[in-house]
Amino acid sequence: MREIIRAAFVIGRRDFTAIIMSKAFIFFLIGPLFPVLVGVAAGSLGGQIAKEADKPVIGIAMDAGSTQKMVDTRKALAQQLGEGWFPEMKTLDPAASAGGTDQAAYLADKNNNLIAVVSGTLDKPVLTATAGKADQWDDEIALLAGYAASGQSTDLPKLDIKLVKKSAGNVKETRMLTGQAGQVLVFMLTMLLAGMVLSNLVEEKANKIIEILAASIPMESVFLGKLFAMLAMSFVGLIVWTSVGIGALSMLGANLPSLPTPAVGWVPFLILSTVYFALAYLMLGALFLGIGAMAATVREVQTLSMPVTMLQLINFFFASYTVTKFNEPIEKAAAIFPFSSPFAMIARAAQDETLWYHGVAIVGQIFFAILLLRLGVYMFKRNVMKSGSGGNDKEAVPKKLFGLIPMRG
Amino acid sequence: MANAIEARGLVKQFDGFRAVDGVDLSIPDGSIFGILGPNGAGKTTMLRTLLGIIDPDEGTRSLLGSTRPITQSRKVGYLPEERGLYQSMRAVDTIAFMGALRGMPLKEARDKGRVLLEEAGLGYAADRQIRQLSKGMAQTVQLMGTIVHDPRLIVLDEPFSGLDALNQAKLERMIRAQAERGVTVIFSTHVIAHAERLCESIAIIAKGKISFDGLVSAARDRLRPQVHLETETRDGAWRSALPEGTKAEGDWWHFTLPETGVEPLLKALVEGKAGVRSLSIERPGLHDAFVAIAGESVAAEMNEPVAGDLT
Repeated sequence: MREIIRAAFVIGRRDFTAIIMSKAFIFFLIGPLFPVLVGVAAGSLGGQIAKEADKPVIGIAMDAGSTQKMVDTRKALAQQLGEGWFPEMKTLDPAASAGGTDQAAYLADKNNNLIAVVSGTLDKPVLTATAGKADQWDDEIALLAGYAASGQSTDLPKLDIKLVKKSAGNVKETRMLTGQAGQVLVFMLTMLLAGMVLSNLVEEKANKIIEILAASIPMESVFLGKLFAMLAMSFVGLIVWTSVGIGALSMLGANLPSLPTPAVGWVPFLILSTVYFALAYLMLGALFLGIGAMAATVREVQTLSMPVTMLQLINFFFASYTVTKFNEPIEKAAAIFPFSSPFAMIARAAQDETLWYHGVAIVGQIFFAILLLRLGVYMFKRNVMKSGSGGNDKEAVPKKLFGLIPMRG
Repeated sequence: MANAIEARGLVKQFDGFRAVDGVDLSIPDGSIFGILGPNGAGKTTMLRTLLGIIDPDEGTRSLLGSTRPITQSRKVGYLPEERGLYQSMRAVDTIAFMGALRGMPLKEARDKGRVLLEEAGLGYAADRQIRQLSKGMAQTVQLMGTIVHDPRLIVLDEPFSGLDALNQAKLERMIRAQAERGVTVIFSTHVIAHAERLCESIAIIAKGKISFDGLVSAARDRLRPQVHLETETRDGAWRSALPEGTKAEGDWWHFTLPETGVEPLLKALVEGKAGVRSLSIERPGLHDAFVAIAGESVAAEMNEPVAGDLT
């Protein structure tokens, strides 16, 4: 074990230095800027489109008096509740309402661009629309018609607001947000790093270094060294991103976004998040290295890693879903299942102050990460190095992994 | 003398093809040992199996007394056939990294690397990146990385390939120097001349099987020496003393030295007044021995001219 760790340190030191000194590291550092920029651009563009497109207009085809009451009631309520609460209204030709049969024609007319037509009387309004739009606006139209028909005041009572610092319901909700924020951050980082460690191994296979490494040190050291080099690099990245983020906010004079204190407290939460990030990455990285072991070319690696990436996404969604199901069986399942466990446990740290759960989860995740690492090494030796079954010399075959799985070579 | 490497019934197959097919091999400690065979004979697979880079499908192996070769890696230096180096690493750091892999402290390995590069005449390139070196220089750097930790056993897979005559000669000197220090040096080659110049013992491998394993002299001794005789006269009673199968070529007679030796023949030549102008006894070369052991077709595959080739 001591030799494995020593050799892993040699590999890790080499890889870490090579990565930090490479141009790829610059791209790694500025990498998170791209999703932020794309997100901001897409958000503002989407908002603009929504602003332009989402102005539903409903035609009012009632008698003149009822139509005016509907329009006035809408205006009064929209001023208090907000314009978004009610659709725009367009007064239609009263003659049409007398006929009462041309609503479909109004809706079909592209010049009107209506989503629904209200006809009938205030006591008995009729809404003509497609099923979806009828379902969307029926309550609002009924509310407006009710107010218009009753003639009661549309002035809502003025509330006297008293503020408190926290409430149980609010703390629960906002702690979920803290947990989810931690999950998203850890997930994105693990995916980014696992992909990088995979590329690194494939590159090493291509440039024949692997032969020298395999002859000099145990393969476990190679895998372990590579995983930890990438992990160390990510910590450098995190420090840089955090410093730049805080610096940018300070320069802009903005306050740091306020998140509620996690249940375990900020310091333990950050330590646990770091540990869970490391373990999530080690498990996924070991899995990716195993995939790298099965692939002979970069193209094969891409093909093989795609389903795993998809599964990891599903796994992440699973863990995210359970954030709102705290202590329910499904949340416990997410905390136990190795791949979702780090994410689920981050959410747990945000919502529950019990610390010993984390001890158990961390031990379990370490166990599983080692298992995956050994399996990755085994697959690498069998598939890439084309190693045999060990021959007749049983002394050359190490003991079973955890007393369960025979591991050769 | 203890054996640096022992293998018994070693088998390694790839998709049903037996690249190494029941190899029994003993390589004595402190010797220069050559593994000869044409391309695709199974030399590299055998070396990789012996070194523990891959495990065999059948058989046993022992490296420096251990059946788990990786545990002996600090005492072993290995130059693979397919050379691989980190292109952006400096030459001296490459050597230091390879030393560190084999257990050396990094600083010590770096200092030793500089000394080795100086000795190899590449001191000026110590701080250059590998990508800035020529192929031959990069190969030398890798070779320095193979010996930086003072291994007890050095395994070189086709070390001469890709080197020019000057560098081949340097490599031969390095191999001899290591052997003089008591290091066991094993190298594979498909060029018989290198083995003939350097090795005390060889193994000949073809189609995954070892067809000869022993001293170079023993391989040569499998063939009788050739006698080349020039006489003044062409006829006489002395001719009956020439062995069966003697070839005549003008005044020259060529034949295999008889089991009885050269003395009875000389006596007959003198007594028969043959008038001996010239008589030479030529010991067979390793190439001839190789042809006799491995067969003409295998030998033909090895017929690759190189600088200083004696074949």
